[in-house]
Amino acid sequence: MALPATRPTAALPAGAALSSDQLLEIYYYLRLTRTLEERLVALYRQTKVIGGLFRSLGQEGESVGSAYALERGRNKDILSPLIRNLGSMLVMGARPIEILRQYMAKAESPTSGREMNVHFNDLEKGYLGQISHLGDMIPVMAGITLSFKMRREPRVGLVYIGDGGMSTGSFHEGLNLAAVQRLPLVVVGEYNHWSYSTPPEKQFAVKDLADKAKGYGVPAVTVDGNDVFAVYEATKFAVERARRGKGVHFIEVKTYRRKGHAEHDDQHYVPKDVLEQWSSTNDPVDRYTQRILSADLVSEADLKDIDERVRVEVDQATDACVDEPLPSADTALTGVQVDPPAADQLWFKAL
Amino acid sequence: MAEITFLEALRQGLWEEMERDERVFILGEDVGLYGGAFKVTDGFVKKFGESRVIDTPIAEAAIVGAAAGAAHMGLRPVAEMQFIDFISCAYDMLTNYVATARYRAGLSTPIVVRGPCGGYVRGGPFHSQNPEAAFLHTPGLKIVYPSTVRDAKGLIKASIRDEDPVLYLEHKWLYRRIKEQLPEGEEILTPIGKARTAREGKHLSIITYGATVWKSLEAADKLEKDDGLSVEVIDLRTLLPMDDAAIVATVQKTNKVLIVHEDTRTGGIAGEITARINEQAFEWLDGPIMRVTAHDVPIPYAPTLEDFVLPQTDDIVKAARWLANY
Repeated sequence: MALPATRPTAALPAGAALSSDQLLEIYYYLRLTRTLEERLVALYRQTKVIGGLFRSLGQEGESVGSAYALERGRNKDILSPLIRNLGSMLVMGARPIEILRQYMAKAESPTSGREMNVHFNDLEKGYLGQISHLGDMIPVMAGITLSFKMRREPRVGLVYIGDGGMSTGSFHEGLNLAAVQRLPLVVVGEYNHWSYSTPPEKQFAVKDLADKAKGYGVPAVTVDGNDVFAVYEATKFAVERARRGKGVHFIEVKTYRRKGHAEHDDQHYVPKDVLEQWSSTNDPVDRYTQRILSADLVSEADLKDIDERVRVEVDQATDACVDEPLPSADTALTGVQVDPPAADQLWFKAL
Repeated sequence: MAEITFLEALRQGLWEEMERDERVFILGEDVGLYGGAFKVTDGFVKKFGESRVIDTPIAEAAIVGAAAGAAHMGLRPVAEMQFIDFISCAYDMLTNYVATARYRAGLSTPIVVRGPCGGYVRGGPFHSQNPEAAFLHTPGLKIVYPSTVRDAKGLIKASIRDEDPVLYLEHKWLYRRIKEQLPEGEEILTPIGKARTAREGKHLSIITYGATVWKSLEAADKLEKDDGLSVEVIDLRTLLPMDDAAIVATVQKTNKVLIVHEDTRTGGIAGEITARINEQAFEWLDGPIMRVTAHDVPIPYAPTLEDFVLPQTDDIVKAARWLANY
């Protein structure tokens, strides 16, 4: 399997125009994503993670690089992440302790133990969690960005969709609606080669996912998803274009899912040599690190400081929540609707 | 004070809410310049503009999904299904995304999804459906189904003002068939979750909603005239949440219950009402709870077939007579 053409080089792309502080911030989010997931693996093996664990190993670069191109802060841009966009959520301000609590179903988790993993949201910070039904977030993000357009707010939405999710009807309906309405929406299509165990040749008959978007009159580019700079630049262009009222833009990121669908999946269907090749020569964090170091933009000491900071942050977040209680059963019935405020408790519970 | 139709009452309700609250907007197929397939939104685009009356592609999942997203951001979308039969194309979006949003994620999703439903109009299998049972089973949704001109207006206004997603089902057989004088200058709001006694009676209760309210009233008149029977008719108005208190009260009053609905029988709402009476008022019953519903087939086109399949006034008369004699 051919690797993407882009290889690590010393020179940074001119359009990236990132300060050394920004380069270090990106590195921080890449490292935080990976370290936090490694912590979650440990907690999973200790059976402290209640449900499945989903890794983004190999996809941290496109997650962080794309989210970093958005305007962040209170009531700015909004993105909708998928299960392998932990990095995007962290960039938008989700905190490690929130992720840990979600996976461990703690009472204090953002969803009070009602939803799992990264399925949660903070619209003010700018992220709207997905549901498991792939494709649904495309129409929903069309609605979010429709509100931007109706209120003439200079805000942009970004939504991720996988190579498998792009087979759903909701994806096509939503993209078409967004295109017709010229909504300020950027769609990032992740070609990570695996939809659970299904390879591309059984999922779609186009060569590039970008071809699908072009069918709706949406400009589409394909970039090396493991090159943080390429993803950042492409997203920055698309985001600013959308902000100027030019409508939807599609960015295909070619990357590779280096773990199974979830932690239980041994990915026996993935050729070992391919996996090894992506791991050893095309890791997005390694590539990014080599590039900023060789361009002499940051020092190794800077990166070591960040590694240490991340380690402490993840340790502290874990210590702070690992022994917290699960939600008490009497919270299960409230909040389906404003009115009535709670569902009825059934008669046999009182026997 | 002029008489207005059911459709005009609905139109007025939408119009008033859009005038009252600039967050309210309409999206759907052909709702703009054309004014909707049944002209419910006729003239809206001229008054409120294209940004608040949005013609969409033929894509029900996208219509409902986009409504949900806009609602999260504080807007109040009213999504039209051109015929309610097409709401099944948005079933995933409504049941998985919209209905769960508050509980799982604390997301506010105040949307209204409305559209013409029901038969008796020779619409065939895909323009005659009643979809309520498919959604009754979904915590997080509300379902309203007005039968009167007053409630057509009062419930669309209440639905738009509700903080949670509401399915507003409007029977196309009623659109231009029934008329009523509504007082001018009075704001009409029908509370969601409250049934209405359409006719007082003491021998037997008919619990129903939608177009069959009128067929049940017609049957009740005939039963009174021919048999001297006093039949009470309860119009549920809201199907979810169901008004248990009103159901129990009528059971306690007449002790016999006939449930009438136009939707098909198996898994229909009559089964749910029966279970609730069984749980809450079993000892008040003097006979079996019986159902008059559509037969369990898709709704056929030919008048001879449709008339046989759907519940008719005469069917209700015979069933009520049988139950009264039990």
